[in-house]
Amino acid sequence: MVASIVSTGLAIGCIYALIGITYNVMFSASRVFSFTAGTLGMLGGVLGSLFIARLGLPVAIGFLLALAGGVVLGIVTEIVAVRPVLKSLDQHLYVLSTLALALMVQQFTAIEWGTEARPFPRLFDIARGGFDQQFWLPMLACAGVIVGLELLYRHTLIGRAFLAIAEDTYAARALGLPERRLRMVSYALAGAIGALAGFAGGEMLLAFFGNGPMLTFYGFVPVALGGMGNNRGAVVAGLLLGLFQQTANFLVGGIFASVAVFTVFIIVLLARPEGLAGAALQRRV
Amino acid sequence: MDMPMAQVRPGRADTLGAKTGTLGVALPFLALLVLGIAFPLFGGGYWGVIATRACVYWVLVSGLNLVVGFAGQIAIGWVALLTLGAYTTSVLVAGTVTPELSPYLALAIAAVVGAIFGLIVGLPALRLRTFYFAITTLGFATIVTQVALAWQSVTGGGVGVAGPIFPKPFDSQWGFYYFCFGLAAFCTWMTANIAASRFGRALTAIRDAEVAAEACGIAKPALLGAVFLFSGAVAAIAGGLFASLQSYITPDAFTLDLSVLFFIAILIGGRSSILGPLLGTILLTVLPEFAAPLVAWSTFLYAVLLLVIVLAMPGGIAELLDYKNRRPLESGRAIVPRPELLGRLLDAPATAGAGALTLEQVALAFGGVHAIDGLDLEIRSGQIHGLIGPNGSGKTTTLNVISGYYAQQSGTVRLNGAALPVLERHRRAHMRIARTFQTPRIVGSASVLQNVMIGGTIDGQCTFIESLLSLPRHRRDEVLLRDTAMLALAAVGLERLAPVRADRLQHSELRFTEIARALMLRPAFLLLDEPAAGLSAEEISRLGALVVAIARAGTGVLLVEHHADLIFDICHHVTVLNLGKNLAAGTPAEIRSHREVVNAYLGG
Repeated sequence: MVASIVSTGLAIGCIYALIGITYNVMFSASRVFSFTAGTLGMLGGVLGSLFIARLGLPVAIGFLLALAGGVVLGIVTEIVAVRPVLKSLDQHLYVLSTLALALMVQQFTAIEWGTEARPFPRLFDIARGGFDQQFWLPMLACAGVIVGLELLYRHTLIGRAFLAIAEDTYAARALGLPERRLRMVSYALAGAIGALAGFAGGEMLLAFFGNGPMLTFYGFVPVALGGMGNNRGAVVAGLLLGLFQQTANFLVGGIFASVAVFTVFIIVLLARPEGLAGAALQRRV
Repeated sequence: MDMPMAQVRPGRADTLGAKTGTLGVALPFLALLVLGIAFPLFGGGYWGVIATRACVYWVLVSGLNLVVGFAGQIAIGWVALLTLGAYTTSVLVAGTVTPELSPYLALAIAAVVGAIFGLIVGLPALRLRTFYFAITTLGFATIVTQVALAWQSVTGGGVGVAGPIFPKPFDSQWGFYYFCFGLAAFCTWMTANIAASRFGRALTAIRDAEVAAEACGIAKPALLGAVFLFSGAVAAIAGGLFASLQSYITPDAFTLDLSVLFFIAILIGGRSSILGPLLGTILLTVLPEFAAPLVAWSTFLYAVLLLVIVLAMPGGIAELLDYKNRRPLESGRAIVPRPELLGRLLDAPATAGAGALTLEQVALAFGGVHAIDGLDLEIRSGQIHGLIGPNGSGKTTTLNVISGYYAQQSGTVRLNGAALPVLERHRRAHMRIARTFQTPRIVGSASVLQNVMIGGTIDGQCTFIESLLSLPRHRRDEVLLRDTAMLALAAVGLERLAPVRADRLQHSELRFTEIARALMLRPAFLLLDEPAAGLSAEEISRLGALVVAIARAGTGVLLVEHHADLIFDICHHVTVLNLGKNLAAGTPAEIRSHREVVNAYLGG
């Protein structure tokens, strides 16, 4: 029992963490939280199932196409929902524009793909074991993304440019960094990460259009608790969230597990609105 | 909505103009009322269902409108409260858990449950901003559906539960329609009352100019709490009606799409409007019926509509209908204050003549920067105290410490000898300390008059419920606030602009609007943060005369300014700051000849 709670909890936690990182990558480039983060995860699962199970493409090609779908949605998010409202960041119009885009994608999926959850194909043809691929795939994906992002941010020029933009957009622009193009690339990258989350977790979450809002919410919890833009915080908080949810599921049952997660989330946020690891102070007058 | 009739003070023409305006405002509502009552004459069976549904939705949207359209809180998961109300009513009437209750009693209990949950879902808005709040409401909606699905013993799980049936005469189709229509009309009336009350204005102030709202003494927690209670209650009532209309409910009936419909109806309608969201709700309910093949795509279309509105017309229907504010304003208008009116406006300042606002050794550092460093200052009633100094010398910081935006690290601020509590900014207004801001903080979508009336919020006597029901005390408050605001506008020379949307004003007019708003508090002390910035030479001299008259009426004025001429012309006392310290203090004549001041700041 404990082994099952831990493996399921960690796997789900990794998916939440990946969605959290999706939020963060977009946020770092634009100071915008986008409702499309969870939609990307949903899309990864649906596209994976579409390409591999329904169209019968090889796993590797289906995987790349699913990521490409995420990249496209990431770029569309930037062009349609973020760039036009960036000037008026004060009015928080981005909340509404990204929500609108997320709903459009979700509704389109519901109509074209259907509203019932469909199975996601098994990616590797190996027998089901105690520690199955549905558990270790999300963990592998999460570890890969974290290591990849660390390498990118620390050891490449473009990664340092990302950091510069995240730190101080105006200063970065004054230094001559192509802010707009970097933002685009960030959104494309975020799109790929979000789709990867849904793809790797496909077997657990299934290919279901309704996963969008669920992932949008549970994926934001690690961001809020781990601190905005803090990827390591998101991973730690995501894993804790997954474990907590599965434990509560086991102890008090499905109904109250989600209530428990929600309650803890609200209480922590109210106690520390800037996250467990963050600090914020702004001049208002 | 009541206009002062007998005791019209200055600006008679405008108040009378507003009277005829009221009829114009009420006309569309009356037309809808007549249309709604007569509807069964020409609507057939299926259209009756659609019309009933529009009424049920509007009961919810009317309350949500106060949250989203007025207070500006992005509550996207309000379907959760509909779900809650629907299940509470149905389960209580079905009697599976409790003894069978009458539908009315069940509806009333649902309203109480809805109000409580509205408060629980809403309260995080006090600490969380925009996206965070939006996400918490989304999370709540997700969870309520999950609970409804999983708690089979009560909700019937996926199988569902039968909706309540209301007794005669509301059991027939049209009977039930009239029941819902009556409630919808009642909700329209109540929310319109709130919109036209100090509570409605305070909500828009929280949305668009939160800092100014605090300075006017608006207590955000109490106000938002009341609004969330109301909004939750009507949403749950709508849920009960919805269950009855559906006759059978399952968790599938309460998708996020429905939430989106409510939310978008408000945004299409426009902010701070009742009519706009009402038309938006009718539009969104009816639209899919006209285009049957589009029903499956309706949510997709709503989302497209939302995107278009956000990007292309953030004002919504309300702005389209607001033809009055598209008429050009007269050009070359001048602000001519009438300081002689101040005597009536400021008739009895709380501390007549003898009070003082004093700073003793106040210090505040941001990191290693000493913004103010051991500052002493005394502002006396009836006098003008000038505070000058180079940029970064701590002038605005001083003002922010006095008005409670910053906490000093040492030292004390005293009002008439008693220490002012640190940071409690909304209590400053109750102590009759008013202020203006370096960049005017104004509710752009409200009229100039409404903006000024916001300044008098704390002088209203009536409670939220009295305003909801437009009881006598509410009407008395409104008359008084309107009269006082017209007087304040006349005093600063803006009464002709009273009905104009504030975001159409020139910069200098906004500065005088802020002064009028501050005067609404009948301030014992008035803190002016660079009021002359951006004004023409002529306007500056009129401003000077106005400030002198304010002081003469007994108010102590702290004037932070860069215009040395204005300072030396009107101040009784001047303090010069440099690097957060007193460089010099004295009469204008002493300061003008102070060697260090001339070197550091004035230039020789």
